[in-house]
Amino acid sequence: MSFNSRRNLFFLGMLGFGVLYLWGLKGLPDFGRYEGVYGITLNKVAVAQTHATNLVAAVTFDYRGFDTLGEEFILFAAVVGVAILLRAQRDEAATADEEAEESKDESRSAPHTSDAVRVLGLALIGPTVLFGLYVVAHGHLTPGGGFSGGVVLATAALLVYLTGEYVALRRVSPESLTELAESVGAGGYAAVGFLGLLAGQAFLTNVLPLGTTGQLNSSGTILLINLAVSVEVAGGFSLILAEFLEQTLLVRERKHG
Amino acid sequence: MELLHGLVLVFVAVGGTAVVLTRDPLAQSMVVSFYGMLLGILFFVFQAPDVALSQLVVGAVALPMMILLALAKAKAEKQ
Amino acid sequence: MSYLPFAVAAWLFAVGLYGIVTSRHLIHLVICLSVLQSSTYVLLLAIGYRTGASAPIFVEIPPGAPVVDPVVQALTLTNSVVAATVSALLLALAVQVHKKAGTFDPDELDILHG
Repeated sequence: MSFNSRRNLFFLGMLGFGVLYLWGLKGLPDFGRYEGVYGITLNKVAVAQTHATNLVAAVTFDYRGFDTLGEEFILFAAVVGVAILLRAQRDEAATADEEAEESKDESRSAPHTSDAVRVLGLALIGPTVLFGLYVVAHGHLTPGGGFSGGVVLATAALLVYLTGEYVALRRVSPESLTELAESVGAGGYAAVGFLGLLAGQAFLTNVLPLGTTGQLNSSGTILLINLAVSVEVAGGFSLILAEFLEQTLLVRERKHG
Repeated sequence: MELLHGLVLVFVAVGGTAVVLTRDPLAQSMVVSFYGMLLGILFFVFQAPDVALSQLVVGAVALPMMILLALAKAKAEKQ
Repeated sequence: MSYLPFAVAAWLFAVGLYGIVTSRHLIHLVICLSVLQSSTYVLLLAIGYRTGASAPIFVEIPPGAPVVDPVVQALTLTNSVVAATVSALLLALAVQVHKKAGTFDPDELDILHG
């Protein structure tokens, strides 16, 4: 399809979309006047029912827990897909590299890290890990939780790379460990769901003791699922990072080592 | 409060347009990082701190990082 | 004023799709897709917003105080992280295409010429 006909098709589609969108907007309440039944009901009962003060976490990991399990497996599948795609290339590249070992070219290797980046990166690794753990652990109390906290934890691995300690990156997040974390996180979520079945209730029912509202150790399975999700997200993002970095790392290692 | 909403919304609309119109992916990775931050601020004024936090770490850090790594990998393969 | 959030959501959708349709670079295309995805977040959060209400965190507000809708926020929260991994998958595909075909331009890919 030519460029112009593609663009014309787009404008035609947008026209149809615009009509449908305006039609849909007519059925929506005005901005700021939403009276959703579920939201209003949850606002009244959720804290008493789940002992979690962060309603978003209560909805994500309890009321909509089964749906989040599905999202969890989308994440899992996407990360596995990245690993498979990039690993196939790496194996090909490794064989090609052996043949072309003699003709090393400088442009392929990453530039040398400056001292300022190294010092700042090193100084930030500790606080980043701590902040990530804090966000994860307080997910049921304050904004945060396994999804955002897991990504924060994974950026700590990026900082390790930025400081130029590529060997250290391999040591803090070896492939087998990130793979394990990703799978254990995904499986752990489902395993917590089976606790409900063991107790003779529905899958993912919050059967654990709820504790005192506002305490770190409260809200039953929400806390456990939150931790499982954080392990999976941190593992998954570190794995993506490592898979994308692998090529550059190989080059660097050969140059310096 | 209404004015703040309007202002941030307009910034987000302009930011999204800028991301699309930046045709060079390397420059785009920086623009999209800024756009992710604007979205984070928007979600914050919409009283959604959870979403704002995850949007900040994903949109402003993780996504641009993955774009840069993909570009670097493709460049390495070109040789 | 009250329709501005919905207009911005529609604008982000349109501009993201325009970028995808006219893209000449697969990585540019993936980034445009992320702009398109963000339109759904803006729409959902705009729907769930209630004027004068607080965030749905009952730490420093009394029980029963008016808060914005937590359901749409939960939808958006999980989605934004999952969408990032899907973007990573698409980027990996783009890198793979670049390796096989030597180009990022979708118009130069023979396989897409039907």
